[in-house]
Amino acid sequence: MQAFEYIPATTVNEAIAILHQQGDQARLISGGTDLIVQLREGRRKPKIVVDIKRIPEVNQLSYNLIDGLTIGAAVPCYKLYGSAVIKETYPGLIDAASLIGGVQIQGRATLGGNLCNASPAADSIPALIAHNAIAVVAGMNGERHIPVQDFCTSPGRTQLEPDEMLVSIQVPAPRAHSYGAYLRFTPRNEMDIAVVGVGVWVALDDTRVVITAARIALGAVGPTPLFVNEAGASLVGQPIGSQAIEKAALIAQLAAKPITDMRGSAEQRRHLVAVLTRRALDSAIARASA
Amino acid sequence: MDSETLEQVASADISVENRHYKVIGSRPIRHDGPDKVTGRALFGADIRMNGLLYGKVLRSPHAHARIISIDVSRALALTGVKAVVTNADLPTLESVVSRVGEGSINWRYLSSNLLAGEKVLYHGHAIAAVSAVNPHVAEQAASLIDVEYEILSPVITVDQAMRPDASILLDELRTNELGARGSTPTNIASHDQFQRGDLDQGFSAASVIVEREFTTSTVHQGYIEPHNATAIWGTDGQITVWTSTQGGHDARRQIAEVLQLPVSRIKVIPMEIGGGFGGKIGIYLEPVAALLSLKSGNRPVQMTMSRFDVLAATGPTSGSVIRVKMGAAQDGQITAAQVSLAYAAGAYPGSPVGSAMSVILNPYRIANVQVDGYDVVTNTPRAAAYRAPGGTNAAFAAESVVDELANKLGIDPIDMRLINGIKEGDRRVDGPISRRVGYIETLERARSSPHYLSALSSPSSATCKVGRGVGSGWWGNWPGGTSSVSVVVNNDGTVNLIEGSTDIGGSRVAMAMMLAETLGIQASDIKPMVVDTDSVGYNDVTAGSRTTYSTGIAVHKAGLKIIHEMCERAAQLWNVDPGTIDYADGVLTSGTNHIGFKELARKIGDGDGNVVASVSISPNGEGVALATHIVDVEVDMETGKVQILRYTAIQDVGTAIHPAYVEGQLQGGVAQGIGWALNEEYVYDAQGHLLNGSLLDYRIPTALDLPMIETVLVEVPNTTHPFGVRGVGEVPIVPPAGAVANAIANATGLRMTILPMSPRHMLEAMWAQAK
Repeated sequence: MQAFEYIPATTVNEAIAILHQQGDQARLISGGTDLIVQLREGRRKPKIVVDIKRIPEVNQLSYNLIDGLTIGAAVPCYKLYGSAVIKETYPGLIDAASLIGGVQIQGRATLGGNLCNASPAADSIPALIAHNAIAVVAGMNGERHIPVQDFCTSPGRTQLEPDEMLVSIQVPAPRAHSYGAYLRFTPRNEMDIAVVGVGVWVALDDTRVVITAARIALGAVGPTPLFVNEAGASLVGQPIGSQAIEKAALIAQLAAKPITDMRGSAEQRRHLVAVLTRRALDSAIARASA
Repeated sequence: MDSETLEQVASADISVENRHYKVIGSRPIRHDGPDKVTGRALFGADIRMNGLLYGKVLRSPHAHARIISIDVSRALALTGVKAVVTNADLPTLESVVSRVGEGSINWRYLSSNLLAGEKVLYHGHAIAAVSAVNPHVAEQAASLIDVEYEILSPVITVDQAMRPDASILLDELRTNELGARGSTPTNIASHDQFQRGDLDQGFSAASVIVEREFTTSTVHQGYIEPHNATAIWGTDGQITVWTSTQGGHDARRQIAEVLQLPVSRIKVIPMEIGGGFGGKIGIYLEPVAALLSLKSGNRPVQMTMSRFDVLAATGPTSGSVIRVKMGAAQDGQITAAQVSLAYAAGAYPGSPVGSAMSVILNPYRIANVQVDGYDVVTNTPRAAAYRAPGGTNAAFAAESVVDELANKLGIDPIDMRLINGIKEGDRRVDGPISRRVGYIETLERARSSPHYLSALSSPSSATCKVGRGVGSGWWGNWPGGTSSVSVVVNNDGTVNLIEGSTDIGGSRVAMAMMLAETLGIQASDIKPMVVDTDSVGYNDVTAGSRTTYSTGIAVHKAGLKIIHEMCERAAQLWNVDPGTIDYADGVLTSGTNHIGFKELARKIGDGDGNVVASVSISPNGEGVALATHIVDVEVDMETGKVQILRYTAIQDVGTAIHPAYVEGQLQGGVAQGIGWALNEEYVYDAQGHLLNGSLLDYRIPTALDLPMIETVLVEVPNTTHPFGVRGVGEVPIVPPAGAVANAIANATGLRMTILPMSPRHMLEAMWAQAK
């Protein structure tokens, strides 16, 4: 590992100023579950590591019926499922947060870090996209909002400018009878990377028979997590049932652009997209109907 | 009691099968337990000393290349760097093959595996090493070594390597074709064969014949502790090495050979070991650390591998292609079998194909057989021993075919094995006449086990199917090699047991128990310790399931010597003839005189010469082991994922000295076998780069992937050991892949012929079947 300078920033402005000054020589650290590994393996060689965990804004975790959920960029996964109201309201996010690493990792790892690391196979990103989450980003010229579905641009790369940082993730307040679900496929039951991940979110009408809105996002089947607008749209106005679900799964499958690598083949991934989309929709609909 | 009588007593004991032991068969706390669970046990990487330097290795980014030049000047110029070594620092060795551990080794190849000579032969092959004041500087320096390569095309699988136009790894290699040396360059190091009977006649007597080809991937032992070595090359020329090894003396011998030094110049201190499974027999770092120490002003140098280093450059066992043709008569009798096995040896000859040739058919009595084995070099790391080397993939192939024959004949798979199972007096497929061994007993116990008698559970969802499979396995064990121990009676009546066999699976407590049983005292009064190579006689490696067998015999003999000496001392005390003294349950009696072991030890004290004994033996016994496993699986037909629902391992374990550690051996072997069966594989790209060199992507099963593994210990004492010990550690990894494949076939109708039976391979097989 190459030696680096460690700076614990205490304000967003301080962190941004360092980024502005140092450009790509600086790297932000929160839980460090990705960055430390990358440093040790020499995959990233920053001269400065800026710790954001002492900044108040990135530690906020709040929920109310009007603004929805705010997840500070440095909030570790365990805090999400540690909150009864978040667990109850956003089980689709909890599906993902409780899958990222083991219990010890979840004590450090953050959804913010998972998003900024921009792995195509990240577990939380399809779930966040399905929930229509927004990334709140701070830079020298103030704040801007980027839909999570547009946040990642290629493996390991995001829309963040070198002097910008993610402050929080905003998840809209849930509509009535709406729930999400995230499912991934891994050969092992734990300690594994998604071969395919599927995040879905559905809203039902008051009779809980007809789907009024739906969003579907895929992981590990393209250079970035994929939002498949058409797949969710195909469900709108449809009564819940296997026919509509099959169709959405097929659309999702056609949108996938998988490659073959050590974790799975393109053919296997394409196949799994349909299987997992079906299963995730079944799970979200079951939650919304309950 | 004189020593001759003692020997007679000891050998008379051997034939007694139903003895009542006081210590053996109990489950005392292991002596090394408290240190292990409190983190105080010292492993190789825990060594710290004044002036310690750290070594790092530069490894090849290419799978196959000629080294044109190595320029170390930029590395040496870096502040904090002390020395650089390359192959040029190693003596040039003759091409001489010697036995090391259970296998053999060509010293020249071992040397060029430590630091590559003219060529690099696999991704991760060590080229040079650097010593520096800290690991980070060393790592940076290694990256500053400039190597110029001529890149050659690689061969990764045996199929690629055996093609006539294949790229050649070793220019000098010629096939040893049934003993005759071939004339043309090749990657096939050897072709061996054994045959008996008449194949044509055997197959024509069969009413059903199954013929299949199986392909298995390269897999790693997956020990958790990485290889490490700390070495000082002293100013007096003496070398001291602290390391993680399955055998200090074998490590010493290898270091001596590659450095061309007498063994007396080298002391190896074996540290606690975090797993080996055969992979810590061969050396990787020790001579390199010693040379770095020599070139760094005799300062100590410590080297520790990263996980990538471990996966890319150590261990693995062979990927293979195995063809099996087997025929059986209507009554289930196997009439003929023809098999061929091609095993990837990695960069240098020496795959375990030889033992695989025995494993593959040895559970069965077959009159007409032919077995062909090919040892093939490939651009992958040099294959090392791995728990019953070569056995798992061989049994996967044979057990699958036996299962398919049973299915076609409508015979229960356990009955099929009972019909053909080897018994005492039968000739084994690999030649020898079988001695008493409890294979039939394992089958009978399997058939009457709660597991086999239970109904399969219902599938957990509509997309899943469940099935049950059975598999058997044979392993030869190595009931030989040299073991040396020393025993000292302390003045408080406790006993020091000094041994040199690395304790991997609880052997210290097993040795203590056998000595305690012999002496009639408690295991907690024995202090077993594994010492350095200067402090005990020669010991062969802890491998081949030999330690509890061979070192156990040495311990027993040493105990008898101690009894003899204690009787002498009591005779002096009481002024009686030693022959009048009876020794039983730790009490010495002569007429009305009697005294306990501890009290006598106190009376002897230290003022009149200690009671000590040393023994060195090389038994040539018998120790084959057989096991039968039952497994239930659930297959998700939509994802191809296989879940193990229930697993029972039934094994003839001879006498279980410490049953908890015997059960642990069975469970550990099964866990590794399931990993091999379901997800473990080396993934290479077309250029031969290892893509999954981490424990994230090299998928060893976690606790969440395995059920509680049930064990049934069948105790048929081994008649060549004083307590009936039979090696137990290896055979449990032999049946799992075959048993799991048979369970998958039972659940789905799908006959898998590839390892691992990963979700991807399962889906591909389902799709191929649907076409």
